[in-house]
Amino acid sequence: MKKRITWDFLMTRYPAFFPLILLVLSIAINLFLQPNMFDRETLNSNMRVFLPLILMAVGQAIVLLGGGIDISVGGVVSIVNTILATRVGLDGSPEKMWQFVLVSLLAGVLAGAINGFFIAYLRLQPIITTYATSFLYAGFALFILPNPGGGIPADIANLYRPSTPLGLPLAFHVIAILLLVWIYVSSTRYGKFLFAVGGKADAAYETAVPVTTMQFSIYVISGLMSALAGIAITMLSGSGNAEIGNPMTLNSITAVVIGGNAFSGGIGGVAGPVMGAVTLSLIQNIISFAHINTWWETLVKATIIVVALAAPGVINLIRRRRA
Amino acid sequence: MKRFRISPPIAALILAVVLFVLSGLLPNGFGSDLNVARSQAMNILRLSVFLGVIAAGQTLVIISGFEGIDLSAGSIVTLTAIFTYVIVKGEDNKVLLALLVSLAVGAFIGFLNGAGITFLKISPFVMTLGMSGVVTGAIIIANHGNVSGKVAPIMTRLIARPLSPSFPIPNALIIWLVFGVLMWLLLERTNFGKNLFAIGVNRVTAKLSGVNVIAMNLATYSLAGALAGFGGFLVIGNTGVVLLQLGQPFLFPSIAAVAVGGTLLSGGKGSYWGTMAGAIVLTLITSLLTTMQMPDSVRRMVLGATLLILISIYGRQQALRQ
Repeated sequence: MKKRITWDFLMTRYPAFFPLILLVLSIAINLFLQPNMFDRETLNSNMRVFLPLILMAVGQAIVLLGGGIDISVGGVVSIVNTILATRVGLDGSPEKMWQFVLVSLLAGVLAGAINGFFIAYLRLQPIITTYATSFLYAGFALFILPNPGGGIPADIANLYRPSTPLGLPLAFHVIAILLLVWIYVSSTRYGKFLFAVGGKADAAYETAVPVTTMQFSIYVISGLMSALAGIAITMLSGSGNAEIGNPMTLNSITAVVIGGNAFSGGIGGVAGPVMGAVTLSLIQNIISFAHINTWWETLVKATIIVVALAAPGVINLIRRRRA
Repeated sequence: MKRFRISPPIAALILAVVLFVLSGLLPNGFGSDLNVARSQAMNILRLSVFLGVIAAGQTLVIISGFEGIDLSAGSIVTLTAIFTYVIVKGEDNKVLLALLVSLAVGAFIGFLNGAGITFLKISPFVMTLGMSGVVTGAIIIANHGNVSGKVAPIMTRLIARPLSPSFPIPNALIIWLVFGVLMWLLLERTNFGKNLFAIGVNRVTAKLSGVNVIAMNLATYSLAGALAGFGGFLVIGNTGVVLLQLGQPFLFPSIAAVAVGGTLLSGGKGSYWGTMAGAIVLTLITSLLTTMQMPDSVRRMVLGATLLILISIYGRQQALRQ
């Protein structure tokens, strides 16, 4: 009897508990298929590939927590990638690079502000608004760089790729910073407001929460995180491609939901989505290491994701039937 | 103060007509040639049918509320198109069988969606997104890159061709009108329709008023899947060739068509007429952008901006202070 209370308590009080189980499970399977996974080199080469999705998942998590959704994030990633690849160039100087990193961040904030303006101030529905702006952003990226090409100097890309400060992959430091910032933010008034707006916007409004400002801000944060993801992916690939962000949009949403956040907002955090993003990336790794027939890859991956999403529901169903 | 309001379906239709007339003034528009204008209009209407039918299921799940959405519609379209293609093999007498299989396969996938959403409490967006991946994966395996089959002459005759040379209205359009009337009857004149709006507005009050919310949810997603299956049947009848990406390009436009047609994405309010108008507007815009020779990048930006303007006109939600 006592055990059941513990399980329910864990599941409801800590939304990141189940994602943690999934993460441990996928690490275990991955370790079995790739025994040298925890070597510093391998770990770093994995984590630097995962980092862009992790950054996007954090941005998306904030948006979902606040009761919205952002399907324009892939477009922002593409814009940042094309800005860096065309403006810095393969023979650009480091100063130029940092200058355009700043421009990229501003571009991300601006893109998020456009989303936020339409959704918060003009009160349009988030999913359709960001769908429309996703065309705007993807089109703009393609306008900057019609054909794949360009890039950033190799020595700057090399700052990102093998970087392991204090013997740990760069991604770990980034995750640690993100989590620390989140722990701080969720204890501030902003964090409380975020959950209030995502939980029930009209009730939040009646208790004097600045709902419109909050809604605006979540999209700006999402734009900024997408810009960071765009910078990371550009340093990873070293080259420019206007379509680079498109497939990442839906992945970022899946990562957040696997991470235990409620799709309808108001429940969850940032640690869960980070784990969700890593789990999602590990699933991809597992599939490529398991030597699954290419034809079967899509089905296997999608099935694993659906099972991962369904698992908490199945467990609850079984528990309720027993009780 | 009472504000002047016109209903979204009418607004969308007026917009479509205005856009179409304006497009005549473009460099390679129809100019002053009425015959060209008519045939262009008919062609755009014919193309709208496919988006319109696929968006029908989307309309149902969106009206049902609770963040209802069907992201598996695109992959269902591809799957049933392939089924139809393989089953028919160019024979007229297998067409009915193919249609039934399409509806059944669509309904089955829709039912799985509904079951996951209802019993496992997975949010519709993610459930149907995952299902879309599973179906796409199944298509890739079943296909192994190539399928052999053929559409039947009668399908091309009924879907792609006009009624008769002297009466140049595409058959697909007539099918769509009948379909639209049936959808209207379903939504406005049946218990199912009444209950659908009821659960869309508020699930708790609907349940307390005796609506079987679980059964309604399952039925809605199954029906949406079946309608997407019907869409796949129609699409393959029109194109005649199978592509792995046949259905996916219809997915987000089908949601946009519902939104442009004035159906609330939060559920409980909407109509299929609106979706039909929305499908026409969206098809019109994309066709116009294709005929205007501009780079892909500009085309996408114009499409995004137009969508934003469209939904800004009447897609606004209520202010919090009301």
